[in-house]
Amino acid sequence: MIVSAGYYMALAAALFVIGALGMLLRRNVLVMFMCIELMLNAVNLTLISAGRALNDLNGQVAVFFILVVAAAEVVVGLAIIVAIFRRRSTASIDELSELRG
Amino acid sequence: MTDFLWLIIALPLAGAVLLHFLGRFVGEPLSGWLASLASTSAFVFALVAAWPFIQGGEHSTTVLLWEWMPAIGANLELLWDPLAALMVLVVTGVGSLIHFFAIGYMHGDDRFDRFFTSLNLFMASMLTLVLAGNYAMLFLGWELVGLSSYLLIGFWFTRPSAAAAAKKAFVVNRIGDFGFMIALMLVFASFGTLSYAGIFERADEVLGVGMATAIGLLMLVGAAGKSAQVPLYVWLPDAMEGPTPVSALIHAATMVTAGVYLIARSSAIFEIAPIASTTVATVGAITALWAATIALAQRDIKKVLAYSTISQLGYMFLAVGAGAYVAGVFHLMTHAFFKALLFLGAGSVIHAMSDEQDMHKMGGLLKKMPTTAITMGVGTLAIAGIPPLAGFWSKDEILGSVFARGGWFSALWIVGLVTALITAFYMARQWVLVFLGEPRWSQDTSPHEAPRVMTIPLIILAGLSVVGGLLNTPFALRLERFLEPSFEYVTLQNPPEGLAMFAVLAGLSVMASLVGGGFGYVSYNRPKQRWLDFEDGFEPLWGTWEQAYRVDDLYGAAIVAPGKKAAEVAAFGVDLAIIDGAVNGVGSAVRRLGELARSLQTGYVRNYGVLFLGGALVIVIWLVVGR
Repeated sequence: MIVSAGYYMALAAALFVIGALGMLLRRNVLVMFMCIELMLNAVNLTLISAGRALNDLNGQVAVFFILVVAAAEVVVGLAIIVAIFRRRSTASIDELSELRG
Repeated sequence: MTDFLWLIIALPLAGAVLLHFLGRFVGEPLSGWLASLASTSAFVFALVAAWPFIQGGEHSTTVLLWEWMPAIGANLELLWDPLAALMVLVVTGVGSLIHFFAIGYMHGDDRFDRFFTSLNLFMASMLTLVLAGNYAMLFLGWELVGLSSYLLIGFWFTRPSAAAAAKKAFVVNRIGDFGFMIALMLVFASFGTLSYAGIFERADEVLGVGMATAIGLLMLVGAAGKSAQVPLYVWLPDAMEGPTPVSALIHAATMVTAGVYLIARSSAIFEIAPIASTTVATVGAITALWAATIALAQRDIKKVLAYSTISQLGYMFLAVGAGAYVAGVFHLMTHAFFKALLFLGAGSVIHAMSDEQDMHKMGGLLKKMPTTAITMGVGTLAIAGIPPLAGFWSKDEILGSVFARGGWFSALWIVGLVTALITAFYMARQWVLVFLGEPRWSQDTSPHEAPRVMTIPLIILAGLSVVGGLLNTPFALRLERFLEPSFEYVTLQNPPEGLAMFAVLAGLSVMASLVGGGFGYVSYNRPKQRWLDFEDGFEPLWGTWEQAYRVDDLYGAAIVAPGKKAAEVAAFGVDLAIIDGAVNGVGSAVRRLGELARSLQTGYVRNYGVLFLGGALVIVIWLVVGR
C-alpha cells in the first residue's frame, strides 16, 4: 500500500509539536535536548517526504547537512550539559537563569 | 661682519639648553659662570659686529637664516642696523653685568642653576626681539620674553605671592598682546607681508591716515602692556616678587623697554599717524606723573624703584610719541645703566639686611656698606637729572624736544618737568632713608658689604651712569648721527636750536631736580619721628599714594571680580547644567530604555523558546498567507 506524503507530513507535524511542547514545558535539560532532536528530525522527515513526493533530490541533500550539523551540535550540547551537571549536580533548566537581565 | 650675527642669539640659547639639562651636575657656582660667559661672549660678538656702525658709513643689512613662511614675509631673518645694534649692546652689556652680580646674589639658592637657565633664556628671547627682521619674529621674541619673565618672577614659586605676581604679569601682558596681534594682522592686511623691508619703505604710499592710526593705537596697547604704561602697568610693581637681579635685568633695564623699541622701530608708521603719536606721548606723560607720585610714598625699597621705572618708561613714551625717537632710545640706554645700578644696589642692601625690604627698618648703612652707598648715590643723582650725569642729558633732550613741539605738547612738557622734580624728591628720600640717619634695624642683623662679584658690576654701572650721557650732548650729537640710518623715514624731533634756549631749558630742569632733591634730602635727613610727621602732614594724599591710588582694588572690583563671576556662571551654570545636563540626559535616557528592555531577559530558556517559536510562526504565516 502506498502511503501518501500527507501522512508523513502529519506525522512530522505531530512529532514537531511534541518536541516543541516538550522543549517548552519540561525542566530537565537532557529531556529538552532530546526534544530539540525530535524537532530536528521532524523537519528532516518533512524534507525527505517532500523530496520524495516532488521527486527532487535536494530534500535528501538538505537532510544530510542537517544530520551532520545536528551531530556536531549534540557533541557540544552534551558536553555543556555534562559540565553543568558536574558543577551544579542538577539538570533543572530553571536553576540556570544567571543571565537574567 | 654679519656672518656670525646668529651667534648673538645662539650663545645664550645654547647656555640655556645646556644648563637646563646639565645644570644639576654643573652646580654652583660654575653654572652661573657659564651663563655669564654665554652672555658676555654675545656682547663681544655684538661689539665686533657693531664696530662698522660706530666707525660710521656702514649700511644696514638683513641676514636671512632660514625661510620659515616666505609667503607672508615671516622668515628667521636678522636686521642689523644701528638701532638693533644699540639695543643688543645694552641688553648684552647690562645683562652680562647682572649675570655676574647674580652669581653672588643667588649664592646658596637651591635652584641656582635653574635661575641661570631662565636668565640665559631671557637673554636669547630679548635678543630675538631686537634683532628680528620682521614683525613675526619680533612677536616670537615678544612672547618669549613674556615667558621668561613669568618664569623668573615666579622663581620662588613656593611663595604664594610670587606665584600670583607671575600669573598677574602674564595675564596683563596678554591683554597688551591682544592689541599687538590685531595690529600685526592689520599690517599684514595692508602690506601683504610682515617683513620690515617691505613695510617701512612703502608705508606712506600704502597706509591711509585712518589705517595708520588704527595700527599705531593697537601697537600702543601692546607696548603699554609690555612697557608697563597706564593703564596696564599694574603687573610691574608685583613683579618685584622675583629675585632682585631679575628686577634689575628684566623689569628695569631691558624687557620693559621692548614697547619703546617697538614704537621706535615702527616709527615710519607712527610718522603717518599724528593722533596715534600724540596718544603715545600723552599716555607716557600721564604714566610718568602717575607712577612718580606713587613712588613718593612707598616704603619697600624695591617698590620705589619699580614705580620709578614705570615713570621713566613714561618719559621714553613721551619722547617717542613726540617724534624724538633718538631722545627716547637715548633715555632707554641711560636708564638701563642707572636703573640696573639702582636695582643691583637695592639687591645688595636687601642681601646685607637679610632680606629686609622696608626702608623704615634701614638707615645708617653708609658706614656699613660704602661701595653700595656711593654707587647707589651716583645712580640717584643720575636718575634725578643732575648734570653732567647720564640722566640729565637724556631727560633734558626729551623735555627739550617735547617743548619744541609746542601746542598740546607744552602741557606734556610741564607734566614732564613736574615729574622730574618728584623723581628727584623720592630718589633723595630713598637714599637718605637707606644710607643716612640712625640705624633702625634690629640688633641681630649685621649688615656687611657685598662680595666683589657683586660690587664690581655696581662700580662699572656707576661709571656708565656718569659718562653714558656724554654719548649725546647738544654739543656733540654722536648717538643721533649713529642712529640716524634707522630713522630714515621720519623727521626727528630735536630740542630747540641755540645755546640760549638750551641753557634756559636745561636750567629749568636742573632747578627742578635740585629743588626736588634738596627738599627730599632736608625732609628726611632728620630723626624718624620728624619725617613721619612730615608724611602725615600730606594725609590723606600720602596714604592714597602709598596704596598706589588703590588701582589694584579698582581693577579687582571692576574686572577681576566680574570675570570670576562670569567664570563661575560658565562653570556651574552653563557647563554643569546645560552641557553636562545634555550629556547626562542622553545617558539616562539610554539607561531607562535599557531598564525596559531588560525585563525581556528572564534567564529562563523556555521564555526564549516561546519567543523563538512565536517568531518562527509569524514568519511561516507571513510566508503562507501574506503573499
